[in-house]
Amino acid sequence: MSRPEDLLPPDLFYNDSESRKYTTSSRIQKIQSDMTHRALSLLNLTHPSMILDVGCGSGLSGEILSQSEEEGTPAGPHVWIGFDISSSMLGVALEKEVEGDLFLADAGQGVPFRAGTFDAAISISAIQWLCNAESSDESPAGRLSRFFNGLYASLRRGGRAVCQFYPKNDEQKKMVSQAAVKAGFGAGLLEDDPGTKNAKTYLVLTVGGGELDGDITGVVKGMDGVDVMDHRRRTKDRKRGEDRKGSKAWIVRKKEQMEKKGKVVKATSKYTGRKRRIAF
Amino acid sequence: MKLLTLNFLTCAIKTCKSTPASFPLHPRDAELEIAETDLNLAFLKSILARLLWPELRTICSEFGLPTLPESRPEPADLVDPDSSEGEEESPSQTARDLHRVLLETCMREGKLVCGNCGHEYAVKEGVANFLLPAHLV
Ligand SMILES: C[S@@+](CC[C@H](N)C(=O)[O-])C[C@H]1O[C@@H](n2cnc3c(N)ncnc32)[C@H](O)[C@@H]1O
Ligand SMILES: [Zn+2]
Repeated sequence: MSRPEDLLPPDLFYNDSESRKYTTSSRIQKIQSDMTHRALSLLNLTHPSMILDVGCGSGLSGEILSQSEEEGTPAGPHVWIGFDISSSMLGVALEKEVEGDLFLADAGQGVPFRAGTFDAAISISAIQWLCNAESSDESPAGRLSRFFNGLYASLRRGGRAVCQFYPKNDEQKKMVSQAAVKAGFGAGLLEDDPGTKNAKTYLVLTVGGGELDGDITGVVKGMDGVDVMDHRRRTKDRKRGEDRKGSKAWIVRKKEQMEKKGKVVKATSKYTGRKRRIAF
Repeated sequence: MKLLTLNFLTCAIKTCKSTPASFPLHPRDAELEIAETDLNLAFLKSILARLLWPELRTICSEFGLPTLPESRPEPADLVDPDSSEGEEESPSQTARDLHRVLLETCMREGKLVCGNCGHEYAVKEGVANFLLPAHLV
């Protein structure tokens, strides 16, 4: 099956009909809800918190964040702010009258909140999209670094973020987690059902300074399949020339994208006539 | 968009983030609405210290809302002194007022303008558009 990330940019892929289909599918609702609960258990929140939801889509995770402890949300209800690049997804969230505030924004452009705003951040099935740069003046590495730097700054000391994502391959998994480490996070990768088609990858991130002091080991220690990223080892192991190899891959990807440009153009004209709920 | 959110939102343009004039963003042609929600005392208590109080007062006056007290309430001010011992704490009038301002007062339409670069972010149906043109990223 081809990855949606390789077909179209996210704001075009998640158009009105796809956003509706996505949100009303009971299969998807169940999977996203399970992953949100998994992420919440990794966040280990102890009081009603201020949470950022990156790539919040139609608010499937947000609805869970807004629920109370009795309804199954640890330390809930939380107050959340979500942002997404698809106005159609946000349109569906508006129709559902979710409690969180919504923004139309691109995670690859950063996180426009002042330092220390959030107790925690969550991102479910979204950040793999950052590995597909949308135009010639952007690279996936640049987008990932802008995102993680912004996220790091917007979290309180001692805060945590959990990003479940679908890496295309090991290289992409590495690229994403290393971008997070480079931004200053303590990072651990957790994999549920590894090696199966239901495999789920969670990037667990901590901001130093609080009780954890950036030590991810305590969070993920004892959990099966956890790979703790060690910042020092990583930098030492980085070989010369690896960047160049990366940039070659980058060119190949860019070329593929150029090829796809034709598709994008066609698709754009196909969708441009359609009404969106929030038209900016 | 809640007034709470406006106390944390900054201009997205990189060169603005480090300048004080980029916060808070200033509402223009704003339409407000009230959206009632349950009061969450534990949340209010935890967010109180994180608020930038003078900036909250500025935003309220820019919206033409009643003036907030000059200094930030203390956490203890949020609890009704009459809540009987042993029972769950109940919110004071101060907590109710704060909840009204921060979580129930929402900007529905209008623009948010950066005091540093002048960039205008459109707000429609409560959703702000923070997508930047490539040359501003
Ligand atoms: C599979 S959906 C997940 C939505 C939601 N998190 C959930 O669990 O239901 C992926 C979402 O990521 C959003 N997205 C992709 N790239 C993004 C970007 N650069 N910035 C913000 N959101 C993005 C898409 O628009 C889409 O809504
Ligand atoms: Zn600005």
